[in-house]
Amino acid sequence: MPIPLIPGAAYGVAALLLPLLIAQPPRAETILVSNEKDNTITVIDGATLKITHTVPVGERPRGIVLSRDGTQLYVCAGDSDRIDVLDLATWRVVHHLPSGSDPELLALHPDGKRLYVANEDDNLVTVVDVQQRAVLTEIPVGVEPEGMGLSPDGRFLVNTSETTNMAHMIDTGSGEIVANVLVGARPRAAVWEADGKRFWVSAEIGGTVSVIDAEAQSVTGTVEFSVPGVPREAVQPVGMVFSADGALAYVALGPSNRVAVVDTRSLEVQRYLLVGQRVWNVALSPDGKRVFTTNGVSNDMSVIDTATHRVTHSVPVGRAPWGVVVKR
Amino acid sequence: MPAVRALALVLALLAAAPAIAAEAVLTVGYLGLSVPRVMPNTYLDPPPEDEGIQGARLGAADNNTTGRFTGQRFLLEERVVADPEGVAPALRELQAGGIRLVVADLPAAQLLEVADLPEAAGLTLLNVRAPDDALRNESCRRDVLHLLPSRAMQADALGQFLAARRWRNILLISGPAEGDKLYAEAIRRTARKFQLRIVAEKPWTFDPGARRTDTGHYGIAAEVARFTQGLPSHDVVVVADENGDWGDDVAWRTAEPRPVAGTQGLVPTSWARPHEQWGATQLQRRFRARTQRWMLPRDHAAWLALRAVGEAATRARSTEPEAVAARMRAAGFELAGFKGVPLSFRDWDGQLRQPVLLASDRSLVSVSPQPGFQHQFSELDTLGTDKPETRCQFR
Repeated sequence: MPIPLIPGAAYGVAALLLPLLIAQPPRAETILVSNEKDNTITVIDGATLKITHTVPVGERPRGIVLSRDGTQLYVCAGDSDRIDVLDLATWRVVHHLPSGSDPELLALHPDGKRLYVANEDDNLVTVVDVQQRAVLTEIPVGVEPEGMGLSPDGRFLVNTSETTNMAHMIDTGSGEIVANVLVGARPRAAVWEADGKRFWVSAEIGGTVSVIDAEAQSVTGTVEFSVPGVPREAVQPVGMVFSADGALAYVALGPSNRVAVVDTRSLEVQRYLLVGQRVWNVALSPDGKRVFTTNGVSNDMSVIDTATHRVTHSVPVGRAPWGVVVKR
Repeated sequence: MPAVRALALVLALLAAAPAIAAEAVLTVGYLGLSVPRVMPNTYLDPPPEDEGIQGARLGAADNNTTGRFTGQRFLLEERVVADPEGVAPALRELQAGGIRLVVADLPAAQLLEVADLPEAAGLTLLNVRAPDDALRNESCRRDVLHLLPSRAMQADALGQFLAARRWRNILLISGPAEGDKLYAEAIRRTARKFQLRIVAEKPWTFDPGARRTDTGHYGIAAEVARFTQGLPSHDVVVVADENGDWGDDVAWRTAEPRPVAGTQGLVPTSWARPHEQWGATQLQRRFRARTQRWMLPRDHAAWLALRAVGEAATRARSTEPEAVAARMRAAGFELAGFKGVPLSFRDWDGQLRQPVLLASDRSLVSVSPQPGFQHQFSELDTLGTDKPETRCQFR
């Protein structure tokens, strides 16, 4: 059951009923959340924010990504050492992909064939062919590979390694590392801006986001966070997503329970939005109007209205929700 | 002038370039004193012979994975001696071999002995074994960094937890070993600090010695019940038994039903088996895959020591021991230790500031500092000896 959040008491009962009374525009989108501790994927209808399916998958599902045609979901099942392929019509796991040990996060190449998987235990990025269902190659990277970000043209993969504290730029053509950029402590996510000129890397322990110029292969800006009343140590940037027009970035700040709204030009934080506990990952709706967050400790998904920057709903999902993607 | 500057810049770049192209090597020493193993009360967890050094080896391996990208290579030169007399010669050997950073897996007495050797001048010692508060206070040395939390930090971590839960009245039982007395002293200091009350204090003198006989449990139960009878009302029993000789025998046998904490029961510690938060699962797995055993606090401290060296070398872009040692102590140094927050060294006593876990055998119960224990600079400094109260005057 989605719980509508009322911004102020003054809105009263009318406001409480508003979301129910006003006919919502039809939203075909479906939100998919991986639940690390339940070994399930929660499927949420975008229009009603009601759970339609809870699908059992392999153990410790974290990173999830949609196939190019949107008919399948690739799920890193870390403790099962495999990737589950979930069919989104029948809601069944139809087959597995080899992944190497303990897959955590993945990224799909624009060609729709090559899947790049971070193997936390082996210091490797495994490249899997999703059609052949076979490992193409393995690329040695730093200690505890984590974040995976493909440039929009698919030329470069950025992989972060949590204990090495680097973003590795990998040429997807040659499979070679072309640059290693030192970032803040315990880097997590790597996401590219739409024009492919810069990518952002969040550092969980460093408490910052490094903005890296892809051409220069160096850090050109750093986003700093300061949440009033929250100890600096609790501000741990993890998942990030850009607004549809690219003007803003939404950065999940972990146990500070906030999502920061960052101006992508000035790199200044515009505001902090209070969401659920230990907010980990974020996803944007296809129409750009909503941001969905997974809150790992409060076991819910928050919904942010990008027009008003209000947190409008909290949807209880499974235990320790981790990844989130939106299917059109 | 600008031409000179430009030339200097070119030279600097030329000088820096080979450091990346060719491999720069930093050798870290590991100096250990192996102590004859004493089997603790429980036979379930026999102490491994390689505690500590396995953590250092994993730390070096992790550093080298990073080093592949930075052109840095880390070697570990191991010297583990069985005789306290052999510690000083082993240090001299390491020093003569050009080593300037040494992981010290030594009891306090030997640590001080080697720290005060003339050959130790210019060396940095990374203490991974001795939790003694004296080493962070009156006996502190400028060139010793402490990776393991001090007894005061452990006691404060527990004290904050007890205060937060309002379990303010403590029965303190301490054993006969020197470490037990120091642990009990740390608990007393914590009690004063957080306004807890030690309502009764008793030394443990009973040696059951018969736990393998068929009715051994009966004797222990009867003895603990007698031992804890007729005492002032208390909320919790705190035991000080660092060797694990009897502390596990207290729980469930007290006259009043009271939880047990301290060296057994709910244990304040830098590392514990149930810890899997903040990515700790990865370190636990990596360690187990290598060693076929669990990571212990000393392993974790030694891993941290190597990682501190590696992190400083990465950030300083140098494998010069002086540059690395300076970077470790510099403001802004941040070490990730699977505790959810950046760790750094206190400049007043060389202690690594870090959260302390509170764990029972199979469950991570809490992590201190507890919410609400505020600090002007870092909440981590609510644990252990803070700057205004330090008795350390570096020499």
